Amino acid sequence: MSETLLRVEELALHYRTRQGAVRAVDGISFDVERSEALVVLGESGCGKSTLAKTLMRVLPRNVGHRSGRIVLGDVEVSALPDERFRREVQWSRMALVMQASMNALNPVVRVGEQVAEPLRVLRGWSRRRALARAAEVFELVGVSTDFLARYPFELSGGMRQRVVLAMALIAEPELVILDEPTSALDVLTQASIMNALKRIKRELGTSFILITHDVATSSELADRVALMYAGQFVEVADAARFFAEPAHPYSQMLMASVPRLHQRLRPEPIPGQPPSLFDPPGGCRFAERCPHRFARCDREPPALPFGDRHRVRCWLHADDAQPGDDS
Amino acid sequence: MRGALWQTGWRELRRYPSALMGMAIIAGLLVLALYTVIAIPYPEAVAKWRGSEAWQDNPVNAAPIWLDRLVGGDAPRTQVVASEAAPIEERVFEGGRRLRIPLAFDYDAGGFPSELNLFLHAPGHEQPPFVRLAWHTPDGREIALGGHRIGADERISISQDRALERRLGGLAPHIGLLADPEREEGQPQVLPGRHTLLLDVLAFDETAAFDAELVLYGRVHGIAGTDHQRRELSLALLWGTPVALAFGLLAAVGTTVTTLAIAAVGVWYRGWVDATIQRLTEVNMILPVLPILVMVGTLYSTSIWLMLGVVVVLGIFSASIKMYRAMLLPIREAPYIEAARAYGASNARIVLRYLIPRILPVLIPTFVTLIPSFVFLEASLAVLGLGDPLLPTWGKVLNDAQSQSALYNGYYYWVISPALLLMLTGLGFAMLGFALDRVFNPRLRSL
Amino acid sequence: MSSPPIPTAGDEPAHLIAARNLHTWFELRQWGFLRVGAVHAVDGVDFALARGESVAFVGESGCGKSTLARTLLGLHRPTRGEVRFAGRSLGTLSGRQLKAYRAEVGYVQQDPYGALPPFLDVRRILAEPLIVHGVGARSERERRIRTALEEVRLSPADEYLGKFPHMLSGGQQQRVVIARALILAPRLVVADEPVSMLDASVRVEILELLRRIQQERELTLAFITHDLSTVRHYAERIFVMYAGRVVESAAVDDLLDHPQHPYTQALLAALADPDAANATRLREVPAGEPPSLLRPPAGCRFHPRCPHFMAGLCDRDDPPEFEPRSGHRSACWLHR
Repeated sequence: MSETLLRVEELALHYRTRQGAVRAVDGISFDVERSEALVVLGESGCGKSTLAKTLMRVLPRNVGHRSGRIVLGDVEVSALPDERFRREVQWSRMALVMQASMNALNPVVRVGEQVAEPLRVLRGWSRRRALARAAEVFELVGVSTDFLARYPFELSGGMRQRVVLAMALIAEPELVILDEPTSALDVLTQASIMNALKRIKRELGTSFILITHDVATSSELADRVALMYAGQFVEVADAARFFAEPAHPYSQMLMASVPRLHQRLRPEPIPGQPPSLFDPPGGCRFAERCPHRFARCDREPPALPFGDRHRVRCWLHADDAQPGDDS
Repeated sequence: MRGALWQTGWRELRRYPSALMGMAIIAGLLVLALYTVIAIPYPEAVAKWRGSEAWQDNPVNAAPIWLDRLVGGDAPRTQVVASEAAPIEERVFEGGRRLRIPLAFDYDAGGFPSELNLFLHAPGHEQPPFVRLAWHTPDGREIALGGHRIGADERISISQDRALERRLGGLAPHIGLLADPEREEGQPQVLPGRHTLLLDVLAFDETAAFDAELVLYGRVHGIAGTDHQRRELSLALLWGTPVALAFGLLAAVGTTVTTLAIAAVGVWYRGWVDATIQRLTEVNMILPVLPILVMVGTLYSTSIWLMLGVVVVLGIFSASIKMYRAMLLPIREAPYIEAARAYGASNARIVLRYLIPRILPVLIPTFVTLIPSFVFLEASLAVLGLGDPLLPTWGKVLNDAQSQSALYNGYYYWVISPALLLMLTGLGFAMLGFALDRVFNPRLRSL
Repeated sequence: MSSPPIPTAGDEPAHLIAARNLHTWFELRQWGFLRVGAVHAVDGVDFALARGESVAFVGESGCGKSTLARTLLGLHRPTRGEVRFAGRSLGTLSGRQLKAYRAEVGYVQQDPYGALPPFLDVRRILAEPLIVHGVGARSERERRIRTALEEVRLSPADEYLGKFPHMLSGGQQQRVVIARALILAPRLVVADEPVSMLDASVRVEILELLRRIQQERELTLAFITHDLSTVRHYAERIFVMYAGRVVESAAVDDLLDHPQHPYTQALLAALADPDAANATRLREVPAGEPPSLLRPPAGCRFHPRCPHFMAGLCDRDDPPEFEPRSGHRSACWLHR
């Protein structure tokens, strides 16, 4: 029996803006086991980056409402004060590779120094010891150790992305959150970075949360898939189950909309647009675009259990519900 | 439809009280400017300010009335006693007539007048008439003020009569004539009651007109006081408003528009065009603007419009070209510009329609805050003595005040009122400009 | 259309647009004048596209595909070789003829938000090309704008005419971009990564839209992408580009099912269809990175990464185009 590393319960995060509250993350529960990769799949604006930032507590100032429990191992990290969270959890137990962070490297500091920095700050290691460890991590992510002394502009995009990954891995965190780690990269570079991630997961047993909008890329690492829509998880399932027979209508339509390289299936677009997060509709948030919509969809569906570690937020899968039945 | 962006901008702007206050100040100044231009036409203002008869009934260096009343003072205003209202006794004789004109007035102000002048008009007399003056105090004393032979227009400065001053025990006539003789020691006190200046006129003409006017100059005058030439400062302060606003606005528009256009042209054409503009800018940046203006003013003319022209010309290749260039460079590479090229838009169209409008919103705050800086520049030039020779402006008031050592002499109002107006202008535009910056500049906008 | 059409040289050629030995280089200068080399962005490309044909140029970033697109659009002047449109070389066109050419080609860009001026509303954005080309009265323009919006399925048009780009979703913005590309009734549309910045669910819509319009109007569509998986249903032919050259070209199904060039094979092997099994296997990825376009390697440009590298041949001689299968060309010495 594998051990649960991260448990998230009813996580919510709303932003305050002049136009009103943006319910970017609105009641999300899931867990990640050790050495497991969870892919959070979703379209832009569904709140998936906010989810990553909420887990890591790197939030902008205009947070309006934050609630829910985050338990990492046996520590309830959501209850820790900021300073303890920063010292004991951030980077050392849980690391984040932000979107486009490969362009956020300091241009005037050698990449080796930048990668070694967390160890010197968090653990007070000497420069030499930290650099030696950086060299190890460089090999792990597939960057030649010659590059330790280079500056970011001397590296290609793919190499910079690996460097950022090395920086996240340097303190041997148990969980690494990757927000769109390869979306700006070329096909071959993408594939080789995914290869590196697969190797790291196998060799180090690190858990991953991979956030992406790209269904094909997501399948490269996923043990489990969570599909996010308008601030909520509409389906969480094992990858095998999700990619083969998705249960939620949105999952099904999304899978059907993916252009396939090796199959001659013609992709089908999803009509309509996701709802605004300012004022999400009262019932099921996908109802407006859903071909299976029935009367019950006016009420918000809970995350219904649908087999082992599989939850679907759809009334179609309620035990007592049949389409057309509204009792 | 096209105004939708501006509408949202306006809605945003209304959220800032400072913007509303700034706009109120600017609106106030505009109303004042408009009123001035309509109420006191330009030629009239210029003619009056040049100095004329119009001011002869005004006291010299008088403070504003409200200032005195505000501190509880009872300083006298100017009183004019004219012969028209006086009961004239006339006796005709062979070859002439004799007139007795009592110029009577009640005096009960808290202080003495600042000066006494008698204006006599005797037009059309073949032979100049002769006048003998006598001062009758309320307590019945009579003080002879001597006789004068009168021309067509005569001014008798009673205050300047040194002999009279000696007779009054060393008190200046405008004090001594009105003082209470009972109080010997200390400060002289006003003797309240009816004083009369009796004019005994011997005219050698039976019909020609004769009139007299006694002016007891006050110590306070009007809403802004007067200067050393008896001119009402309110005229300069009022006319300074449209001049300052027009100068600031025209200079800001002139420099912003030309600079922006040149920067956009440089950014769009790159190559030697851009390089030339950059070098010109760099040379221009090290040219000292103020000394050049002083030079032009000294050697050529201090006309405000010439100064405006020089300011704009020097401003064309100013440092803001660098700023606009930095803002325009990324826009040059924007996909929508490339799209415009792909559908065949001409260079001029791209520069004017696609490049420049993109940075206009960011520019508006800069533009608004630029206006007062030119107002200040104009004032600084005037203070340096390079003000427009004709127009009354705030700067020139300050210049006069400085040359007359206003602060040393205690004429604070002379310095404070133009300075206050200048500060108000700066404040209004700055408040609006900073609020606009928050609205239009995405970097400053907090969520 | 008030701009005169491009005069056709002699007989109507079979191809609408063709590139002959096309090179587009960007010179690098130091201190503004010293030549220090050139980026060989497009370095010897030949192809001819028929009327009503939809083709895809596929390659990774830096392979020169966007430069190729801009050269076709007449935004870059070829360093060597020529682009021929309807039989006339673009280099020989006068200023007026070049402007007329711009009405014959539409351009759909990658970033839909950036491609629309943020300070203009949709009506004005669509009117701009018409105004530039002096199209008719206001009423005529209005009619064409409405037709264009209906054609890209932004209807009712009234709902969109007054909107500014930031009020539209990414998919709607891209539809406006497409409407603008079509409003001058071009014969050729160049779409540079038209869906790469859009969400998965919107991508298919936009691709379907482009394909439908291309077929209805019998347009020639040059569709530039880095993603082979989006190509199958939306193009008839594929050109695979690597380091400034076309390395392989064939009909879509033939190329996807029987890739001939080692680079194409590597690309296809690196791409996955969504499948849970992907997570458990490592992919074959050729080592290294694409070469610098400043100093491209001698011989075949893929040779430093090629698993089938033949020393003394691939690193010396440029491979010519072979035709290992009928209608399927590949520039690789393996087919010798």
